Amino acid sequence: MNIPREKLLMMYERMLKIREFEDRVRVLFAEGELPGFVHLYLGEEAVAVGACAPLNDDDYITSTHRGHGHIIAKGGELDRMMAELYGRATGYNKGKGGSMHIAYPKLGILGANGIVSAGIPIATGAAMSAKVRKSGQVAVCFFGDGASNEGTFHESLNIASAYSLPIVYVCENNLYAVSTRQSRVRKIEDIADRSIGYGMPGVVVDGNDVVAVFEACKEAVDRARSGAGPTLVECKTYRWRAHFEGEVDTYRPPEEVEAWIKREPIAPYEKLLVQQGIASEAELKAIKDAVIKEMEEAVEFARKSPFPAPETALEDVWA
Amino acid sequence: MRQLFYNQALGEALAEEMRRDKTVTLWGIDIGPYGGANGVTKGLWEEFGEARVIDTPVAELGYVGMGVGAAATGIRPVIELQFSDWITLPMEMIVNQAAKMRYMFGGILEMPLVIRAPIGGYLNAGAQHSNSFESWFAFVPGIKVVVPSTPYDAKGLLKTAIRDNNTVIFFEHKKLYGIKGEVPEEEYTIPFGEAAIRREGKDVTIVTYAYQTLRTLSVAEKLAKAGIDAEVIDLRTVKPMDETRILESVKKTHHLVVAQEIWKTCSVSSEVAALVAEQALDYLDGPIVRVTAKEAPVPFSPSLEEEVLPKEQDIYDAVLKTLGR
Ligand SMILES: Cc1ncc(C[n+]2csc(CCOP(=O)(O)OP(=O)(O)O)c2C)c(N)n1
Ligand SMILES: [Mg+2]
Repeated sequence: MNIPREKLLMMYERMLKIREFEDRVRVLFAEGELPGFVHLYLGEEAVAVGACAPLNDDDYITSTHRGHGHIIAKGGELDRMMAELYGRATGYNKGKGGSMHIAYPKLGILGANGIVSAGIPIATGAAMSAKVRKSGQVAVCFFGDGASNEGTFHESLNIASAYSLPIVYVCENNLYAVSTRQSRVRKIEDIADRSIGYGMPGVVVDGNDVVAVFEACKEAVDRARSGAGPTLVECKTYRWRAHFEGEVDTYRPPEEVEAWIKREPIAPYEKLLVQQGIASEAELKAIKDAVIKEMEEAVEFARKSPFPAPETALEDVWA
Repeated sequence: MRQLFYNQALGEALAEEMRRDKTVTLWGIDIGPYGGANGVTKGLWEEFGEARVIDTPVAELGYVGMGVGAAATGIRPVIELQFSDWITLPMEMIVNQAAKMRYMFGGILEMPLVIRAPIGGYLNAGAQHSNSFESWFAFVPGIKVVVPSTPYDAKGLLKTAIRDNNTVIFFEHKKLYGIKGEVPEEEYTIPFGEAAIRREGKDVTIVTYAYQTLRTLSVAEKLAKAGIDAEVIDLRTVKPMDETRILESVKKTHHLVVAQEIWKTCSVSSEVAALVAEQALDYLDGPIVRVTAKEAPVPFSPSLEEEVLPKEQDIYDAVLKTLGR
C-alpha cells in the first residue's frame, strides 16, 4: 500500500463524515425536520472517497441525486451542506437547490443532479474545457448503474474517447435503479465491459474497498491528466436504505441487504489502518470524535440559520 | 357513490382498457411488480403479465421513442414517466416524430400513443422535480394535452386518451394522487375539449386546470363570503381547449381571471387570455388578470417555493383586481 499516511487518514475521516452525515439526515428526515426528498449514500462511502482522494481541489466532479457522499468526499463542509438540506440561506446554494442540487464550483463540484445521467455530459464538458484551457485539471463523473442505460452515457463516452479527454467515469453499480434490479433490464453483468465499445480501459473494482477504489481511480486520474484519455471504473456496491427516505423497499431480499451491510466499508478499513501501523486505535477514535462534534455543530448551524428572504426568490435567474 | 383515490382511478382506467383491447400495452420505469412510483399501475403486472406491463431501463429517449414505433405498428402504448420533468429527454420523439408522422406521411398511419407524466410543485422537490410543461405540448399541432383535476376525470379522460388515435400527453398533478373522489362502477369516458364548470357564478369567470382547480374552488368559497359569485371553469384538456364554454362564461360574467401553477410567458393562460381578447373583448368590463408562477425555476426552500408558486391569495386578489374593488 503505497499511499501517504495523510491521504489514508483523510479517506478514513471523509468516509466517517459521510456515514455520520447520512445517518443524521436519515433521522432528521424521519422526524420531519427536512423538507423534500433525500436519497442516502449509506453503504457506498468508499466509492466517493476512493474516487475523490486522487483529485486536487480544482479538479471537477459531477454528482447525482444520491449526491451527499460525493460532495463530502470532494471536501464539502457539513454545515453548509446541512443548511442547504434545511433550505436555509446559509446553505451552499442559498436554499435554492436542496439535497439534490448542491454545487460548489470553488471545489470543482459542478452539482448534484435531479436528472439521472445529466451529470455525464456535463462532466465531459468540464473535461473538454480543461483540455481547451490546457489547465491540467481532471473531471470525475459519478453516476449509477441505472444512468448507464441512458443515451447521455453512450454519447459522452464516445466523445471523451475520441478526443482523449481528461475524465474518469465512475459507475456506482448498486444493482438497482429504484425497484428495478439491473439484470432485468441489461444483459451484461459488468458495465465496465461497455468501455470496449468506446475504446477506453474499463475496470471493475470492489466499491466497498476504499483502497481498491483509490488505486483504480488514481491510475485512471493519472492517465487522464497525462493526456492518455478517459477510463470507465465500475464500483460494485450497494445502498443500505430504500431508494429515497420514506420509500417502502419491497423489492430487495432482506438477506441481500443484510449481507451487504455486513460487508460495510469502514470497519475493515479501520482494522487495516491499525494493523499496518498507520494509526493507533486512539488516533482513529480522536478522528471519529472530531467528526461527531463537527456533525453536531453542522446541525446546530443549519437550525439556527434563517430561511432565505422571499424577495431573494427572483435573484440569480439571470447573470 | 364509490370513492376512489386519483391514482386508483387511473389504475382502473388502465386495467379496463387493457381488458377491453389486447393491444394496450404499458411500459416505463418501475411500473411492474413495484406498481409505479405513484402506485398507479399496482396489480397490473400481476393481472396482465410482463409482456404487457413492461419495466424499462432508465432510458427515456429509448422507451418513449419505442412508443412511436409501436404505436405506428398496431400497439397502443401507454407510457409512464416517473416525473414529467424529464420529458425533456424524449422531446425529439414526441415533437418531431409522434406529432408529425401522420401528417408528413399524408395521413397513412395513426399514432395511438399515450404518455402519462406527473407534474407540479408545492412539494419542496426543487427545480428539477416541480415542472409543469403543458404549454410546450399544446403549442405543437398533432398533440393533445390532458390535465385532469379529479379522480372521476382522471379515469374518464385516460380511457378516452387510450382510445384516441393521436399522441396524447396526459399530465397528472402529484398533489392530486392522494385525493379521493366519486367514481362510478359503470363504464364511462369523457370527451376531450369539454371543460367542466365546477362552480356556477355570475360575477367573474376563473379559468383554471389541474391542481389549481382545487385551490380556485376554495378561493371561490371565500369570495362568496365577500359577496362575489365566481364561476370556475376547469379546462380538463388544454388541447383541444373548450373555447365555447370559456367565451359563454365570459359573456355572462364580463370578467376573466386565469389561474395556472406555472410560468406566464407563452403559457396556457396566455392562450385563454388571447382567446377572450380576440373573441369577446367587447364583453369585458375589467382587465383580464392572470395568476401564474413568478418567472424563476421552482426553488427548493419552503420560503422561496411559496414565493414563486401562486398562492390562493393571489387568485383572490386577481378577482378583486378585475372587478375593480
Ligand atoms: C432522466 C431521469 N429518469 C428517471 C428519473 C427517476 N429516478 C431517480 S433516481 C432513479 C434511479 C437511478 O438509478 P441509478 O442510476 O442506478 O442510481 P442509484 O439510485 O441506484 O444510486 C430514477 C429512475 C430521474 N430522476 N431522471
Ligand atoms: Mg443503482
